[in-house]
Amino acid sequence: MSALTLYLPLDSAAVALGADELGDALVREADKRKLDLTIVRTGSRGMHWLEPLVEVEKDGKRVGYGPVDESDAASLLEAVTGDGKHEKSVGVVEEIAFLKNQTRLIFGRCGVIDPVSVEDYEKHGGNAGLDKALKMDSAAICEEVFESGLRGRGGAGFPAGIKWRTVAGAEADQKYIVVNADEGDSGTFADRMIMEGDPFTLIQGMTIAGIAVGATEGYIYLRSEYPVAARVLNDAIANARKAGLLGDNVRGSGKAFDIEVFIGAGAYICGEETSLLNSLEGKRGEVRSKPPLPALEGLFGKPTLVHNVISLCSVPAILEKGAAFYRDYGMGTSTGTMPFQIAGNVKHGGLYETAFGLKLRELVEDIGGGTFNGRPVRAVQIGGPLGAYLPPRLFDLEMDYETMAANGAGVGHGGIVIYDDSVNLLEQARYAFEFCVEESCGKCTPCRVGSVRGVETMDRIRDDIDHGKNVDVLQDLCELMVDGSLCAMGGMTPIPVQSAVKHFPEDFGIKPAKQAAE
Amino acid sequence: MTLASIIEPYVGKTGGLITALHAVQKERGFLPEDIEAVAAEVFNLTRAEVRGVISFYHDFKRAPQGETVVRVCAAEACQAAGGRALVADIEKAFALKMGETSASKDLTLEPVYCLGLCSCAPAAMVGDRLVARADTDKIAKTVEKTKKERVS
Repeated sequence: MSALTLYLPLDSAAVALGADELGDALVREADKRKLDLTIVRTGSRGMHWLEPLVEVEKDGKRVGYGPVDESDAASLLEAVTGDGKHEKSVGVVEEIAFLKNQTRLIFGRCGVIDPVSVEDYEKHGGNAGLDKALKMDSAAICEEVFESGLRGRGGAGFPAGIKWRTVAGAEADQKYIVVNADEGDSGTFADRMIMEGDPFTLIQGMTIAGIAVGATEGYIYLRSEYPVAARVLNDAIANARKAGLLGDNVRGSGKAFDIEVFIGAGAYICGEETSLLNSLEGKRGEVRSKPPLPALEGLFGKPTLVHNVISLCSVPAILEKGAAFYRDYGMGTSTGTMPFQIAGNVKHGGLYETAFGLKLRELVEDIGGGTFNGRPVRAVQIGGPLGAYLPPRLFDLEMDYETMAANGAGVGHGGIVIYDDSVNLLEQARYAFEFCVEESCGKCTPCRVGSVRGVETMDRIRDDIDHGKNVDVLQDLCELMVDGSLCAMGGMTPIPVQSAVKHFPEDFGIKPAKQAAE
Repeated sequence: MTLASIIEPYVGKTGGLITALHAVQKERGFLPEDIEAVAAEVFNLTRAEVRGVISFYHDFKRAPQGETVVRVCAAEACQAAGGRALVADIEKAFALKMGETSASKDLTLEPVYCLGLCSCAPAAMVGDRLVARADTDKIAKTVEKTKKERVS
């Protein structure tokens, strides 16, 4: 019996496109051929238009076939055991331009390794950052992160090193590391992909953080919509404990750190850090007033380092290669790499990790390839439901924190949703308010009531009832929500609304003349 | 299993009440009326606190759901890829509105806000099966598959 190893993603996107059924079909076909088939389930490479993408190793390189479905199983086995030729062949996977042109400091192993195998992880360079950190004192680790210029990848972009110093400097009998894996922004899936495809990098980042700030317990607050990520994380954590990567004696250092996964219960607002902490305490996910900062009084009132998944996944490379190496990527105060997620109506959708500073147009047109249905792009929304809508004439803006902020937009969590020319921006602006009605925690009035008033006002503008007056009311309402809301939910809902009005006034029945001064 | 015996293992755990409510829902399919009193007793909370938690989260259901729950993504990336039309089409095909359960209790339609499948939108979830590049036909076929598996 001849032996064959195939690599098939377990990533949710691949599964949603038929990877599990394909796996079953491959096993059936292999049995028929008396072929000793091993299928290694990996993460996704992030080229989602090719999923399910099956890979096989040939002459030391991985060659791919995609998108393949169960009806291709027989011909695929014929091809990979024969001359390799198949109509779905995409050649050497790492030579595909979409992948080749990326800088993968975070996602390098995603799609390559078995995500729950410690052995595979270490064979591919895993834990080098942790090993270095274990030889440093905690202040030096915090300084390394500070020097790297890493900023929080969840959306706020706060300098990570300052948070680390604050938590490290706080005196307490217990401190916590809390990972915000409540990735609720539409258009984003980087957290999901790394948790499904390379969870040990998150575990490593958390462990380094724990050692640096003096925390022995870590929690991953994971949204309930991600069952695959939950399964992979729990398996990886169990294997990490067995391998001595977690527990009372991390890698024989005498230092303790352990991790638990907590599953949320369907609330967008729990992506806000204080709301997340309340939820993790088993309470309603209502936002807390700040101060006190979670860094000083977080989970159960103890100093807590709350970070987004990607922020912590950036840490191993910083420790391994040094702050200076990391800082060399990016531009200005936006250092390092960002996994951009290209989504919506897009031809080549997926994850593209690269240094900050490339143009929006490159992501939308060159890399994303424009729309899926071939219609012209009319708008993109950047950074989730609380992000700005931008028209093509602004596509030459560079993707970094400062440039985006200067143009009333934000990088957010790096998600880019592409819309074709059938989009109605009034409907999208209305939806921003609708979403806020649905997801507001209800604690502060500007958000709870303002969002309801926003939907009503939008309807009056659409139906041309006291049009001019209601356009003024809308602006008033947006200002009030920005100034008066307790957190970003109410405070940033006006961003999609006002950007839509500003850049697409015709959809609101407003004469574009108002825009001439822009 | 009694409600109390389902939730007792979660007392003292971080965020235990939420995990306990998930466990009850997994076992019973929804959160029955007496969960408030039982959880309040077991967790040493007021009924109001328990009710407050239950009502806050979308996942917690106070009434039985249909045997198959179809969740269609209503968020922006899916809207950009025809999600609004898909929702309307699904509602027509199953003769149900979002949030409704069929009279025979075989099906519930529900909106969901992002499944993280935004690069291959629109997306849906049928039972625990994910569907990307979803259309009504693909979803209906998945519903049938899920039903068949339940029977066998």
